[in-house]
Amino acid sequence: MLAHLLGVLFDGLAYGMLLFVLSVGLSVTMGLMGFVNLAHSAFAMLGGYLSVTLTQRLGVPFLATLPLAFVGIAALSTLFERLLYRRLYHAGELDQVLLTIGLVLMAVASCAFLWGTQQQQVDPPPYLFGYFSPFGIDLGFYRLFLVGVGAVIALGLVFGLERTRFGAKVRAAVDNQRMARGLGIDVNGVFALTFAVGSGLAGLGGALAINMVGLDPNFATKYLVFVLLVVSVGGLGSVGGTFAAAALLGISDVAGKYYLPEAGAFMIYAVMVALLLWRPAGLFGRR
Amino acid sequence: MAAPAPTAIDPRRALAEPLRWQWGETVFWLALLLPFVLAPTYLALASQIAIAALFALSLDLILGYAGVISLGHAAFFGIGAYFAALLAQRWGWQEPFSGLVLSGVAAAVVGYLASFLIVRVSRLALLMVTLGLGVLLGEAANHLTSITGGNDGLHEIDVWPLLGRFTFDLYGRTAFLYTLGVLFLMFLGARRIVQSPFGLSLRGLRENAERMPSLGVPSRRRIRTIYTIAAFYAGVAGALLTQTTQSVALDVLSFQRSAEVLIMLVLGGTGRLYGGIVGAMLFLVARDQLATMNPQYWLFWIGALLIAVVLFVPGGIMGGVKALRARVGLRP
Repeated sequence: MLAHLLGVLFDGLAYGMLLFVLSVGLSVTMGLMGFVNLAHSAFAMLGGYLSVTLTQRLGVPFLATLPLAFVGIAALSTLFERLLYRRLYHAGELDQVLLTIGLVLMAVASCAFLWGTQQQQVDPPPYLFGYFSPFGIDLGFYRLFLVGVGAVIALGLVFGLERTRFGAKVRAAVDNQRMARGLGIDVNGVFALTFAVGSGLAGLGGALAINMVGLDPNFATKYLVFVLLVVSVGGLGSVGGTFAAAALLGISDVAGKYYLPEAGAFMIYAVMVALLLWRPAGLFGRR
Repeated sequence: MAAPAPTAIDPRRALAEPLRWQWGETVFWLALLLPFVLAPTYLALASQIAIAALFALSLDLILGYAGVISLGHAAFFGIGAYFAALLAQRWGWQEPFSGLVLSGVAAAVVGYLASFLIVRVSRLALLMVTLGLGVLLGEAANHLTSITGGNDGLHEIDVWPLLGRFTFDLYGRTAFLYTLGVLFLMFLGARRIVQSPFGLSLRGLRENAERMPSLGVPSRRRIRTIYTIAAFYAGVAGALLTQTTQSVALDVLSFQRSAEVLIMLVLGGTGRLYGGIVGAMLFLVARDQLATMNPQYWLFWIGALLIAVVLFVPGGIMGGVKALRARVGLRP
């Protein structure tokens, strides 16, 4: 019984780490520029399809496609940032929501056109298949791998934001953009780079997601809601908050499906609404 | 030399001026009757458009005038739709007009309760709370199968003939005139609301939410009031759908419906009342035409249209028309 409970906890944590990789970029960029980028999940979906195409058509090993998904989506997002997003930095959030919803709809239709509506799959290397069972707890290798990736990214981001010069600039721009500009920080440049890294992480998350939750053209709309949930509950611009919220959401979703299947998505949304009414800026948000 | 005294604006006239009915509006509403003569086979679609237009008008009241974004507006549409179904089927109240009003009131009561939560949040939290409340209601309806029929929905909902005489015929003639008539009446009501001093204070809140309280406007109470009114409008729209299609299904509460009404309103133009009507026409006619050709890819074009409107025609179609009229020197 206890072993089963721990197994569920572990599955939830792995799922939560996936959500963390998918959403942390959006949290940082939204905290930085206040731009409501609903197309973040579309970038994730494109990362997934990039990985699928590389493995199936060109025979690239799955693990090698992960950094490629990161770089490819980071480059693509920079293009979008230059051409579209930059025009709307000072527009209202409704315009931002609509522009990026438009992008999501176009991405969904384009992926359906290019790759079809069926579920995609990729083959991870054989040593990531299967599971082992210390003390009777089932630990899947791929899930362990996900937890590891999530932890490495979280530590990397915390280190990057807290200990580097660039991170100091990002934090300054998040706290007070006008003051940061006044001090000579190139806020636009900082944002462009942060945006590229954040979107690249989404692309990486999309590629990691294929073996866990599958990939089809509805990925963008389905996970958009989860990503927004994590970001709003965790608090904008907070890596630690996003990490906690993602773990909480992942564990409660998986545990809910095991123990209270009839409640469906009810629990998650009820908890989110209650949390946001209690703390509108999220658990760890400052604004 | 003394500066000339600023010209005083008579507030009564300033408020009454936009209420004057223009001849273009008469033409517009008469043109809406055209499908009755020109396209009798499309009357069912025309009724759907009138219902969607009323729903978009409801969203315009909170989004276009008060600046409150909602991603879960279908909640009130769905409550109206299910309430009308229960009223006619379970409780034996089959008179259509009073059924509409009662369903609207049911939605308004829920809207009033929800408005206490809505005024507490803004920006991203507002988006997520409205979305969350909408999803919660949808899940609840899905599980309460004894009331809502769950996934099967409710069917064969009969209402009495309109005014005791006009039955809802197979060609949708009665349904079309009924929905259009209700849309027109509620449009007149909305027009009065937004041009009243109350409506003016809403626009003030939309433009500068921090300043209005310092002018003595009880901003939260104003938002609660318009949210309740908008819920009433959405409830009536939902009830119209139930009465004219004689059935109701879970999709009245879906997120897709909330998103679609937002898209319709934005395509048409927010804060103009006519925007929702024009947007609903464009959206539903385009879907009807494109979906027969290629159902999967019509999303692509609606997405492209949204992006084009946001980037190039802020204010939607009605905003574009206004800008054109100003350019050729007509009264805006």
